[in-house]
Amino acid sequence: MSGHGPDGTSDREPGRTYDQARYAVGDDENEPLLSEKHSDTVEPGDALPEELTRDELTLPNPEEPEVARHYTRLSQMNWSIESGPYPLGSCTMKYNPPVTEDVAADPNAAVHPDRADSSIQGTLGLLAGLQDYLARIGGMDAVTLQPPAGAAGEFTGIAIARAYHRANGEDRSEVLIPSSAHGTNFATAALAGYDVVELPSGDDGRVDMEALEAAVSEDTAALMLTNPNTVGLFERDIEDIADVVHDAGGLLYYDGANLNALLGRARPGDMGFDIMHYNVHKTFATPHGGGGPGAGPVGVTEELEPYLPNPRVTETDSGYELADTDEAIERVHGFQGNWLVLVKAYAYIARLGDKGLRDASAKSVLNANYLAEQIDLDVPYGPFHHEFAATAGDAAAADVAKRMLDFGVHPPTTNWPEMVPEAMLTEPTEIESKQSLDDLAAAFDNALGSTKEERHEAPSRTTARRIDQTSAARNPRLSWQALDEE
Amino acid sequence: MSGTPYAPHTDAETAAMLDAVGADDEAELFDIPDPVAFDGEFGIEARSEQALRRELSGLLAENDDLTEFLGRGHYEHYVPSVVDSLSKRSEFLTSYTQYQPEITQGFLQALFEYQSMLVELTGLGIANCSMYDAATALGEAALLAERVRSVDGEVVLVPENLREGKRSVLANYVDGADLRIEEYPSEQGTADVDALADAVEEETVFVYAETPTVRGCIEPNLAEIGEIAEAADAMFCLGSDPVALSILEEPASVGADVVVGEAGVLGLPAAYGMGLGLFACDEEFLRQVPGRLVGASEDESGTRAYTLTLQTREQHIRKERATSNICTNQAWVALRAAMHAASLGADGLVDLAEDCVTLARDLAADIDEITGLRAPVDDRHHFREFVVGTDQPAKAIADDLQEEGFAVHVIGDHRLQVCVTDANSHAAEDLVAAFEEVAA
Repeated sequence: MSGHGPDGTSDREPGRTYDQARYAVGDDENEPLLSEKHSDTVEPGDALPEELTRDELTLPNPEEPEVARHYTRLSQMNWSIESGPYPLGSCTMKYNPPVTEDVAADPNAAVHPDRADSSIQGTLGLLAGLQDYLARIGGMDAVTLQPPAGAAGEFTGIAIARAYHRANGEDRSEVLIPSSAHGTNFATAALAGYDVVELPSGDDGRVDMEALEAAVSEDTAALMLTNPNTVGLFERDIEDIADVVHDAGGLLYYDGANLNALLGRARPGDMGFDIMHYNVHKTFATPHGGGGPGAGPVGVTEELEPYLPNPRVTETDSGYELADTDEAIERVHGFQGNWLVLVKAYAYIARLGDKGLRDASAKSVLNANYLAEQIDLDVPYGPFHHEFAATAGDAAAADVAKRMLDFGVHPPTTNWPEMVPEAMLTEPTEIESKQSLDDLAAAFDNALGSTKEERHEAPSRTTARRIDQTSAARNPRLSWQALDEE
Repeated sequence: MSGTPYAPHTDAETAAMLDAVGADDEAELFDIPDPVAFDGEFGIEARSEQALRRELSGLLAENDDLTEFLGRGHYEHYVPSVVDSLSKRSEFLTSYTQYQPEITQGFLQALFEYQSMLVELTGLGIANCSMYDAATALGEAALLAERVRSVDGEVVLVPENLREGKRSVLANYVDGADLRIEEYPSEQGTADVDALADAVEEETVFVYAETPTVRGCIEPNLAEIGEIAEAADAMFCLGSDPVALSILEEPASVGADVVVGEAGVLGLPAAYGMGLGLFACDEEFLRQVPGRLVGASEDESGTRAYTLTLQTREQHIRKERATSNICTNQAWVALRAAMHAASLGADGLVDLAEDCVTLARDLAADIDEITGLRAPVDDRHHFREFVVGTDQPAKAIADDLQEEGFAVHVIGDHRLQVCVTDANSHAAEDLVAAFEEVAA
């Protein structure tokens, strides 16, 4: 590890950095809003009688070259995985191979969901293939591709648990969730109508078996677990955990957010999980698009297969078809989910194959361990896998993160999970080279080694300086109309 | 290299890194107990890029090349090339949620503009950055009604001809909130307003109507429906889409509290049902809105800047007390929809919407002239699509049309549905000729 110099600054040279190209029209504005350029007010024509139409519509009316420049400038004010490191812990931002984009852009992929099964054998065949791949990777017996995101996958899984218990004549009211879990787990259980029982973490950062045994009861519908957990630790007691939950009649749910750590090394199905979701943008490199779309396929054991939402692709003697079951839960998407994302996930898995997937996990774990070894920050829990929670110690993690922006990298997830004070949850993924990790480590150390004032005033080399979050929330202005009212 | 093509490590670098962490090999870094370790194979063979593209284009070519006249909730309008080229810039496509707004101003501004366009189209004060699709947006709207309801009821009232996928998703969302779905009758493809008035009761917390409806009919009685809902202190939720809203009555003007629908009519080609959930609502529900919101603020230099805001509503802060469990949404599709709207402009959007009325009207008239067919079945103005009555069994006609290269909906023993937009209107004459061939 490199240390701090006597004046509190890091002795490490700043790494190679990347500056965002910037475009500014003045001191108080970057790219103007579309509405501030050229808008028109248009009245409907005479296709419909007046009583069915609005009076007028006012919207931007730019010409195509202006549209191109507007969005190109906006893109130049945006960080992406192709800009540089994006080590957001538990978000797994890895390189999105453009070949998957080209595959999804195939004109034959552009079909309507109400086409007759016989006329879309290519689409159904691809979906059947992806169901099969995911089942093998997760060690599950059956998979639905319908959930349009990870949280929707969680909702699907908990609805399946609910249907299973109801079918057994049981009215279970609680879902157990470790305190270190993703916020979506808690929100999902509540959405499905369950009371949440939060499990404290043990001293080693893992599930506390005594707390689990005390919490499990005949009211337990399921335990939702992330493994490795959100500080990268493998739940070594997973077999005992599964026994405790199953003995009480509950089901074990696997949150797939951290599956990138385990590809080819361990499978949720082999650990005793009954239900799992896959985050395809995390594990299978589909682009996150600034917030989505994702896809959250759900895998289950044979016993739970009938509860998967309708319809599902099955193979018959005459080809692929969409089939329903009577026991299925209600649907989680109006059609068949985020098709174009599923195509990209299939392409990524097929591009890598067994060895590539296994190597992706190996390199993601190696990279996390190497980076943790290089930085000055302490990492309280281990042995971790693909991600680690470092602590900023006496410094404010959020300020260290803002200062890292000045060193040309995207900072890690901050102040979460709560078991680590001033946490900086870091996940470099397999795509960073040794050089890139060294640069990232330099950004960590230089940010931590900056003065408190420097950290607090950061960032200064970005499109925007520190943004006033309090005023944004106290005086919400959520549209250009709201700005005009001022 | 036998591993992933997307990890840049040379063997020497891997060795140096292993040395730095004090491990002999990568396997040593995994802390997985033997009984649950996996040492088998998935049996998935790696492909080269070229082989992958050949294989998948071959597989997708097994889809029949049909000209689709399909709608019923999933619509295609021509998406200009500029939308593809701009939205696929990697700065947009390969970015994450804007947790560090200082380096993601571009996407935040684009989403702010998307929200603003929906505010203009709906007349409501707030639009979020997206839900997954129209069905999940409807589910979230019902839960919003449950959170803010002023009456002690539990009934969610929806049209009887709601598309099954939407009804099913709604049923899933309301299950955990102890709400129940009831239906009201339709008349000529739109709400039977008298029956709706009878169906609304003290228990009703939410009234849902659509325009255009699933049968392509423009709802003529929106203001009355709004009054019925208001009189019962129920939330009035209107389902529509941004193209239709470009010319149809402004939802706020007919008393809508919430607007949901499919905003993927802009920006998305036919995508096997993939969508973009529109969600807009009155400002009074600000703190109860589900999903992400982008707001304007200032940075330290006083420059206008954008940021995700009111995040205390969301799951990563509020956990089980969040307004929704949504995290990943459809942000990139929202970006594409905004780009599509911008490239059409105000006049282009209005022209497109007008075309949706006249194309459907003209095609229905042509089909109506064919012996054995009647169109439109419903005595309403139509948008994009309409129902066709058939003397012959509808299924047989659709099968024959498919032989001729066309896909239409079969919605009853003697009912077809046909959808026409700028994306397929070039083939409308050929469809009419095919109908003449097969309906006789």
